[in-house]
This record gives sequence, C-alpha cells and structure tokens, in this order.
Amino acid sequence: MPVIQRVVKPKTRKGKKALLSREPKIIEDAKQTLFIKGSRSSETLNSCVKDLYDLKKPDARMMQKKNNILPFEDVTPLEQFSRKLSSSLFVFTSHNKKHPNSLIVGRMFDNSLLDMVEFGVQEYEGLAKFKVDKVSMGIKPILIFNGELFEHNRDYSRIKSLLVDLFQRDNVENIRLQGLEHTLSFTAIDNKIQVRSYRILLKKSGSRIPRIELEEIGPRMELIVRRTKLASDDLYKQACKKPKELKVKKKKNISKDTLGTMHGKIHMGKQRIQSIQTRKMKGLKKTMGEKKAERKRRSNQEDGMEAKRSRTDGDAVEG
Amino acid sequence: MDIVSQVLEKAAQDERLRTTEVQKHLEVEIDEGSLLAVDYNSFDTEKIKTNREDYFKQLTRDNVQLLINRIWELPTKRVDEAVVATLPKPRFVLPRTHRLPKPKPLTKWQQFAKEKGIKSNRKRKSKVTWDEQLQKWIPNYGYKRTQAESEKNWLVEVSDHADPTLDHLSLKTTAKQEKRSKNELQRLRNLAKAKNVKVPRVGIPSSDYYQDTRQIATAVTVARSSTASVGKFQNRLPKEKDAKNIKEMVPGSKKNKQPMFKPGEEVKRNLGFVDKILSKRPAISIVSNPSESQNRQTDDESPRPKKRSKISKKGGKKPKGGKGKRDMHTKVGGRKRRQKN
Repeated sequence: MPVIQRVVKPKTRKGKKALLSREPKIIEDAKQTLFIKGSRSSETLNSCVKDLYDLKKPDARMMQKKNNILPFEDVTPLEQFSRKLSSSLFVFTSHNKKHPNSLIVGRMFDNSLLDMVEFGVQEYEGLAKFKVDKVSMGIKPILIFNGELFEHNRDYSRIKSLLVDLFQRDNVENIRLQGLEHTLSFTAIDNKIQVRSYRILLKKSGSRIPRIELEEIGPRMELIVRRTKLASDDLYKQACKKPKELKVKKKKNISKDTLGTMHGKIHMGKQRIQSIQTRKMKGLKKTMGEKKAERKRRSNQEDGMEAKRSRTDGDAVEG
Repeated sequence: MDIVSQVLEKAAQDERLRTTEVQKHLEVEIDEGSLLAVDYNSFDTEKIKTNREDYFKQLTRDNVQLLINRIWELPTKRVDEAVVATLPKPRFVLPRTHRLPKPKPLTKWQQFAKEKGIKSNRKRKSKVTWDEQLQKWIPNYGYKRTQAESEKNWLVEVSDHADPTLDHLSLKTTAKQEKRSKNELQRLRNLAKAKNVKVPRVGIPSSDYYQDTRQIATAVTVARSSTASVGKFQNRLPKEKDAKNIKEMVPGSKKNKQPMFKPGEEVKRNLGFVDKILSKRPAISIVSNPSESQNRQTDDESPRPKKRSKISKKGGKKPKGGKGKRDMHTKVGGRKRRQKN
C-alpha cells in the first residue's frame, strides 16, 4: 500500500522552533504591537505614531509601506499581518475627510479580531515639543486611569483594558524601585480621553516613602472615541480564561501559628484493634475451657443465622 | 506679627509639599502587580475650567503617590546594588493572545502503556552504546548510525539450515525497510487519530466493518469475481465454496435449479422455445414482393406480444423524443446524443 499522504514535518531545527513558537503556550510572552499605516496619513498622525512606537519600542514593529486597508469594513488583512508576524496588538493610522486623524487600536485573540476602537487624535503635542529629560527606553510605566466613565460605561471599561494591554509591558516579578520613572495617565472627561505622560521624580519626605513630583515629557493628546468593534462578552470571557496549571492549589491541613511553627494535621483511618496481630505469648494462650466455650458460642450463632435464613426463604416461596 | 504668620505659612507649605499622604473620597483601585491605579472619583469641574493641565498633573500625582506608597511597603531585596521590590501577581485580567493549549493526544502505544501502567525508562537511556565488534561508541539512532551499521554488516551470519540461494544481505535491508515503513504507517495512523481524520484500513477487516462471517464470505466471493475474466482464473483455497445469495452481485454465477416439471409441461416449454426461435424475423428482409411481405408481417404479428410488434414496426428507425412528455425515469433506447446548446 502506498503511503497515503506524507504529513510534512519541519525539516530543520530552525523551522521546528518557528512552528513551535506559534503554538499556544501556558505562559505567554509579551504581546507584540504592529504599527500599520493606512493609505493616507497626516502630519499629526505621523508624529503620533512615531512617538507611540518609541514608547513601545522593543515589543513593537513599524510597517514601512502604506496599506489600503479599511479595518472597520474588512479586518482580514490585519488578521493576516498579525498571524504572519505573530503580534496580537495593532495600531492602524488613517486620515480622510470623514474620519480625520484616526488612530485605530485593536487586539487579536487566536489570530482573529477581539476588540478594535477608532480614536480621533486632537491637540497633539509630541515628545520633541517638551524640552526636558526623557525616560529610559523599555521601562514599565505606571498606568493611571481617572474618571467615572471607566467604571460605568461598558465601552470605556473595555477601552481601559485595551489601553492597559497596549502600554503595559511584560509581567515582571521584581521591579527596581528607582526604575519607576514613567507614568501614563488617561483621564476620561466628556467622551474624550486625555492622555498625558509624565516623568516621576522621587523627592525626599520625612519618612522612608518618597514624595512624588511629576514632570510632563509628552506626548500629550486628546482622544475622541469614534467607532468601536468590541468582542461579545462570551468571546471576551473565553479569551480571559486562566490556565488550570497556573492556579495554586490550596494545601490542606497545614497551618502556621503566631510563632511561625508549622503544624500538620493527619487523618487516620479507623484502627481495627480486635483483629490486630499482637505478640504471641504462652501466658496469653486460651485454655481448653475457653476454647470450648467460644466454639459453642460460634455454633449457636450460626444456628441462629441459619434459622433466620430458612425463615426468610420460606417467606420468599410463599410470596 | 507679619513675620510670624509668614514663617508659619511657609512651614505649613513645606509640610504640604513633603507629605506622602493623599486624601480621596472613594478609594482608588490599585493593582501593584501590573502597576495600575484606577480612580473613579468625580472631577472638580471648576479647577478643570481654570487650569486644566495643572489639575490633571495634580490628580495623576496623587494617584501615583498612592501606588508608590503601596509598592514601598512590599518586601524588598538587594540585587546588584539595586533595591528591588517583589511584586504580587497582577489582578487586572487581560485577554490572552492564543487559546489555552490543549493536551497533546496520546499515541496508541502511550495510551496502552498508560492503561497497563507500563513505565519506560527512556530518560535514563543513553544516546550511544558501546559496540564490542567495532570497539567504539555508536549512536542508537541518527547521525553516523547508518555508517556504523554498514561497517558492522559487511558479513551476515546465517544458520546451517538457511537457503544458500537467497541474498541474505539484501533480505536484511528489506526487513529493515519494512520495519521503517511500518513505523511510518503507525506514526501516520496516530496523527490521523489525533486530527480525527478517517483513513482507509489495511490488513484484515475487523469486526467494526463486518459483524458477521457470512458478510466476509460475501465480500471474498464478490472480490474474487471482480476481475476482467469474472474470477475464472483466480486461485481458490482447498474446499473453498462461494457464498450464498450473491447472484445479483456476481455475474455468471450458477443459476437456480429448475423445479421438477409436471407431465406434459416440459414438452410445452420446449415447443415454446422452438416457436420463439422460429418466429424470429430475419435481420434483413429478402422478400422482394412488398405485398407478400405485408402479408407475412400481419401473419407474424398475431402470435407476438404487442410490445415486440411495436418495436418491429419502427424497424431501423431511430427513436424520437417524447416531445416534452418524456418520463425521466423510463429508459429510452438508442444512442446517447450530444446535446446541442
């Protein structure tokens, strides 16, 4: 019989590694961001995207060519990009008469679109405009969200999640206290989101905890929420699923007291003392009389049981 | 007095500038793990009107201060002359990039081993083994394995009873090839099972396909007769018989035995045959007289069934279409014509 159809295996180790890297993992890497240009752009958008790219830098990729894509009409080209370049976040820029200076921010789940929001950029002031010391690259920023809108409005709470996803970097276990030097603040007022970026200055206070002062470093912008395409709650919930392997199981029956001593509780099964084999000794041996008495007792018991059984049998026959 | 009040005011201002405490109406949601603070307090609209930027800055400063206060309380340690704080796990839930990974489906052997509790010590197995014959370490598989094999197998050991006419060296290589292709087949089968693909079976059909031995017998008989010569030259096992009830499937199989005839019936039947043969019209009419031929036709028509006469009437003419009254299910004679569009 001929071999039906050879399933293609990766031929090189490099190819194998590339395929493996695209497979789902339990603990995922930091999300990569794609910056994509639309068919037309404006000065504001160009500088805005460049500054955002600078903020995101190691985890971002800027596409150089213009793409004739309309994400709200057909999102498949963006999905293809995301699949090909394995980056789940994207920032798409386009500028036209109907939607001037639009910055479309979105994210993918399983290589298909999850959320997408179109922002209109206004009152943009770039990084270069603020002539102050900037923060070092690749630093994890502190994210501040202000405003009731982020709590009450479903769209805004989803936008908050999207912005956290975009600007928050890789999850870290340890953080250098002196390295906390950048903060991004998002303030939602009158259906607009005010974006500010500050450098944190740690000043002396009387106590161990430093007093915080801020200095604006840019970019500064005002985002108007235009069109949105948000995932259904079902899909969103599915996307937020936590792997079972990462859940910490509670250890039972172990406790610590105030002195720090560990106590364990052990549950024992029922002990059968009657049937346990103890040490045989001459002195504990049963005498002839005792043996006889036990035999008699046992036979009596059996007789009684037999009688009982015969009675029940009779009942069964009658019935 | 003026100086005193000035000094007091300055001290108060200094105090205000140095404090790390922040007063908030609603408590700010803080997630140290992802360095996130969310403030749901309502804004001071008057301050926004007078000086918007200062207000935002102050608001953000307060929230950052709250977050920093929390972070400074976390346990710290010293790594390379820098103080680092150990962050807790982030509480703010973000969607994943991909779906959760599914567990890899087990192969047939792995499943079997799991059921029976067989544990292989594959981890402890080394990649090389010492070869006494070659006096060196040779790999169990992979790179340089075949080279070692060919060095080793320049001579094949054969028992006394072995057939001297056979090429034992090539037999060994075919055996090896067979093993390899079997392994490949098993790999593919495992793959197909993992991806839920249906694969045609090879080898002896199992009870999933044939519930009954009679069905197998039928299948064998039908398969045997499925040659161009209707199975005439196919070998049979000793005492092998055809399956029953296969007449519709196998052409040229034995016909049913005729039942015993009643007296006189056989004669009638045979006469009927003769009649049938004699009454057949020749393919080409040799009669020159048309009137005579007509007469004969009428004579012929009477004993024949109606249907036959209808066909004979038409003679060599091609059948025509039913002019729109054709029933799609009844067969129409004649050559199949190509349709004109």
